[in-house]
Amino acid sequence: MATTEGNYYVPEQSKLPLLASIGMFVTVFGASSWMSGIVSSPLVFFVSLFIFVAVLLQPPRKVTIAAGVVLFLLVSAGSDALSSVLVGPLVFGVGGLMFAATIWSWFSIVISENIAGLNSPQLKRSYVWGMGWFIFSEVMFFAAFFGALFYVRTLALPWLAGEGDGVHNPLLWPGFEAHWPLMETPDMAASGDAAEVRGPDQAMSLSQAGSLFTWLPFWNTLILLSSSVTVHFAHSALLKGERKPFNVWLGATIVLAVVFLFLQAYEYYEAYALMGLTLQSGIYGSTFFMLTGFHGAHVLLGTIMLLVMWLRSVLKGHFKKDDHFGFEATSWYWHFVDVVWVILFLAVYIFG
Amino acid sequence: MAHGPAKGISRWLFTTNHKDIGSMYLWFSFAMFLVGGLFALVVRAELFEPGMQIVDPNFFNQMTTMHGLIMVFGAIMPAFVGLANWMLPMMIGAPDMALPRMNNWSFWILPFAFFMLLSTLFMEGGGPNFGWTFYAPLSTTFAPPSVTFFIFSVHIMGISSIMGAINIIATILNMRAPGMTLMKMPLFVWTWLITAYLLIAVMPVLAGVVTMMLMDIHFGTSFFDAAGGGDPVLFQHIFWFFGHPEVYIMILPAFGIVSAIIPTFARKPLFGYSSMVYATASIAFLSFIVWAHHMFTVGMPIAGELFFMYATMLIAVPTGVKVFNWVATMFKGAMTFETPMLFAIGFVVLFTIGGLSGLMLAIAPADFQYHDTYFVVAHFHYVLVPGALFSIIAAVYYWLPKWSGRMYSEILGKTHFWVAFVGLNLTFFPMHFAGLAGMPRRIPDYHMMFANWNMISSVGAFLFAGAQLLFLYIIVTTIIKGRKATDRVWENSEGLEWTVPSPAPYHTFSTPPEVK
Repeated sequence: MATTEGNYYVPEQSKLPLLASIGMFVTVFGASSWMSGIVSSPLVFFVSLFIFVAVLLQPPRKVTIAAGVVLFLLVSAGSDALSSVLVGPLVFGVGGLMFAATIWSWFSIVISENIAGLNSPQLKRSYVWGMGWFIFSEVMFFAAFFGALFYVRTLALPWLAGEGDGVHNPLLWPGFEAHWPLMETPDMAASGDAAEVRGPDQAMSLSQAGSLFTWLPFWNTLILLSSSVTVHFAHSALLKGERKPFNVWLGATIVLAVVFLFLQAYEYYEAYALMGLTLQSGIYGSTFFMLTGFHGAHVLLGTIMLLVMWLRSVLKGHFKKDDHFGFEATSWYWHFVDVVWVILFLAVYIFG
Repeated sequence: MAHGPAKGISRWLFTTNHKDIGSMYLWFSFAMFLVGGLFALVVRAELFEPGMQIVDPNFFNQMTTMHGLIMVFGAIMPAFVGLANWMLPMMIGAPDMALPRMNNWSFWILPFAFFMLLSTLFMEGGGPNFGWTFYAPLSTTFAPPSVTFFIFSVHIMGISSIMGAINIIATILNMRAPGMTLMKMPLFVWTWLITAYLLIAVMPVLAGVVTMMLMDIHFGTSFFDAAGGGDPVLFQHIFWFFGHPEVYIMILPAFGIVSAIIPTFARKPLFGYSSMVYATASIAFLSFIVWAHHMFTVGMPIAGELFFMYATMLIAVPTGVKVFNWVATMFKGAMTFETPMLFAIGFVVLFTIGGLSGLMLAIAPADFQYHDTYFVVAHFHYVLVPGALFSIIAAVYYWLPKWSGRMYSEILGKTHFWVAFVGLNLTFFPMHFAGLAGMPRRIPDYHMMFANWNMISSVGAFLFAGAQLLFLYIIVTTIIKGRKATDRVWENSEGLEWTVPSPAPYHTFSTPPEVK
């Protein structure tokens, strides 16, 4: 809970930041040992878990110290046995749960504070700024991957094919020619059948599709663009204070979002099963899957956000026509993933 | 006031108070500064004489890498964020940061991130050994297995920085007291506003590039592998698109600090306030279009070399405006030379040396000679040590009386300055000569001809390190038993932070002050 002092908002102490940090740490620590195969000391995991629980429950000091000592001795004694059980995926999963639970309770506290009328107009403006700049940071994250695509297509591949100094191509990658989509990698040009890095059998680009109307990305674009319109209708309804159309339009947005995700999954299935297009398919596969994959991950996150907003409205009757920033921030986020898709559709699919 | 600090350790663990969080940031960064300094001393001890003496080459590489990573991400950046936390709300007349819980989250991620980074030193194959710039394929194909831990620790540091920066922007744009218009804000606030913008713009790009590394290492993508049509140079482009704004992230707040200190001790208002603001903004803008000057030798088209050369030289103009303004502020001022002022003047003189060697490096044809030599090491240490670090130390001396309510010992402070000043010049100035003579960076052994300069550098490094232990002693004794400081502290100090008592109350402004 929080108190308002004078004209200003001063929140009480909060356990959430520390808990969220521990959760985040255990998650990435688990992910790192999972991927790298480095088995780390079980102490790291158990000490983190111990601090998490101690912060959460805040038992009397003596109990905390005693439990801490016992745990430390037990873990040290059984270190070898534990490290065979505590594999990366387990640590990652537990960390993820800790993190998700903390974030869940963080959001519910923020929501209940707002409902209790504790949020000053100034604080609400801070949330608006915060969301806006968060989206900007996301834009820059995608910019790195679009930048990579642009660089590879306009600079790296022509140089590998002998543009520029013209010296290295015959020596390093004889016979390599720059094309996009890159079906034949430099490795394939130089080593033939012995190549380790192979291009895809078929690319996702429009140039390789039969017709626009049987081309899945076209339909996905229509679906995602429509969902931006429906979420806008939902917002308009909310601004007029009409609950029912709001729920319907928001629900329709979620349906479209799920259909999009389903089609994207189907596209990936086709790529892997039928087109020989995988993450390992040279730079085309790398850029294709990283751009569409991160976009898809953001759509998934956006869908969860929309779903939470829908449930809040349907089950709890949250959001007033002049106070609904949770929903508004989600709709901004949704428009953002939509804009990224439009750029992606042009750069990866149409001109890809 | 309704409530003061909580009792016991929970005050620090669960705090939402900008001053507590600022203190934690500052102490954390000091700890990291000592750790990173220790790594530098290992490097300097090995380089004291030619030949292999103390450590094996792989560990030497881990030390240079970790020294860089720890100092950049663990010492300098958190120190500036700590200063921002302490000072921004007081300077703009706000009660706290805009988003206090997220503020504490930004901080608490860091100890975990650096625990994870440092733990790699004890893993099989050792820690990161590919230089702080972690160029692919050194950091991908040929990296130790612990690189994955490095990648994820960079990810969560980035999350911390982005949240910190969002908080700072929201605070500055939304929490200013009535009458505190943008062009009345102290320059430290302005420079941090622009720095925060840079952080939000480039930390995600860093996250992107380490993600590509992760995918190349574990999932078979070809971003930095020419066999699949990728390009190791792509890594350098993306890294330096982050990396160049990053160096301004480490220097713009320093400009703000110096612009606060010099007017106080020159007893004159800052010369050219608005030109300072515009110069800062120009530097920030230019920082996005100069990145490839770090990679003149990778084989770029001539048009690229020329563009990045001229764009880089252009930065000298707004930077020159700043140096001119600081000097003009001192011109005919009634100057006194208390410790913060000494560090600030040291900053102006020595940072300018670093700036001028930067201008030399910006000349593409000449850079082919300087590239990857100790000349580069001398250059960036001159902008980071007497630049960023001196400004942080100056800020600590300048505001410590306000934070703790106690005055440091002027004699000890001045001793600290002079020992540090001599130590750092002994360390880094000879590196110019070693570098121009052709000594490459990141090597544990070297030709006999560089022996003299390296011995001087190593002596200077240990002297400089000693000065920092004195700094620690000064801070601790000041907090414990320094004499009481006045509210104004300095004779000519200007700004809202000097209108509140020393030490500053736990909650500074419960109602907004009126700014005229």
